[in-house]
Amino acid sequence: MQATTDEALISRIAGGDRLAMQVLYARHHVRVYRFVLRLVGNASVAEDLISDVFLDVWRQAGKFESRSAASTWLLAIARFKALSMLRRKPEEELDEETAGAIEDPADDPELAVQKKDKGEVLRKCLSALSSDHREIIDLVYYHEKSVEEVAGLIGIPEATVKTRMFYARKKLSELLKAAGVDRGWP
Amino acid sequence: MIMSRSKAPEREDIEALLPWHAAGTLSRRDAERVEQALSQDAELARQFELVREEMAETIHLNETLGAPSSRAAQRLFAAIEAEDNPGTTHRSMSFNFSAWTTNLIEQLSPRTLAWSAAAAAVAIFVQAGVLAGLLLTTEYGGGSSYQTASYNEPAPVTRGISVPGASAPGAFALMRFNPAASAADITRFFDSHKASVVDGPRAGGLYRIRVGANALPNDELAKIVARMAEEKNVVAFIVPAQ
Repeated sequence: MQATTDEALISRIAGGDRLAMQVLYARHHVRVYRFVLRLVGNASVAEDLISDVFLDVWRQAGKFESRSAASTWLLAIARFKALSMLRRKPEEELDEETAGAIEDPADDPELAVQKKDKGEVLRKCLSALSSDHREIIDLVYYHEKSVEEVAGLIGIPEATVKTRMFYARKKLSELLKAAGVDRGWP
Repeated sequence: MIMSRSKAPEREDIEALLPWHAAGTLSRRDAERVEQALSQDAELARQFELVREEMAETIHLNETLGAPSSRAAQRLFAAIEAEDNPGTTHRSMSFNFSAWTTNLIEQLSPRTLAWSAAAAAVAIFVQAGVLAGLLLTTEYGGGSSYQTASYNEPAPVTRGISVPGASAPGAFALMRFNPAASAADITRFFDSHKASVVDGPRAGGLYRIRVGANALPNDELAKIVARMAEEKNVVAFIVPAQ
């Protein structure tokens, strides 16, 4: 038996089908939440934002044109809402929240190296990247978005997507090196 | 030398594609190019292993972020429930008056209480109008101003959606909201201009708003409208309505 496609669900949602809305939410809410959480760094804010994202889907389902995958559409709405919220909030407040949500002051990359846990160092360094670099790495590696999809989602040319990903990886290597892990690249 | 120069951009291109190859999101053609390069270039293959390592830890990191609590779902479905009989036509409007009103009520402050109550009344009336299948047309007058069915007497009731108070005395304008305007922006806008929605949406997403308690001379009304038009984050279009 084949599961209903996201596109079919969205079409039903456009017709006011609440069950279809529940199925779409169940399929995608965790990934959208994680994407938003990595952007805003606050679990409570991220929860509010995903409610808003899916409420927009409920209201705007009729406008979905299937030119992009439904998951890409959801991430695009989520990104817009997260960045709008970040622009409204005082920077210092968010920095504190982000630091509190992501960084663990008791366990920095150097300490992780001493524990000889390379994976943990890598994860710490991934969290220490700039928001632009974090975002593109998440979109490519975790959300499995193609060059074209990332370009559409972020609103930059495809060549810039590749360049940004390259520099994000380069920066990651630099952070790893500073933490005592030399990968010999670049 | 020439050969190495021509090869370098190709290698750089392949190198840039490695993350997408690891994620399996390349086209078949690009994936084959990368596979071929990997089989012939040991250094590139070593780089690919680094990419796979990054990908594994990125997935690990994201998977440890957990999931939202049930509060998010409750909040969402309560909001959906609150949306009164959402039909396709209603939700495909560029400016969703019902949604806007819902958001607005959430941010209600005592100062905006009176205006919000009026907006809620309009929302109920608008939805009743949509269900009844009424269509709106905007009539353009001979001059530069709009003539509205609900304001110009005698107007057939079925030509427009009107609300109690729409024909009350006052100074009016017709406006279309900027689709990007937030509920907070709209609240602030009405608050600062001591204005309120009395009717709409009409054809083209136009709303009739009261900008003064009493009728005003044309030039004075024009000045008020001009001041409002400056707030482009809220106002997409506005004209005096006499």
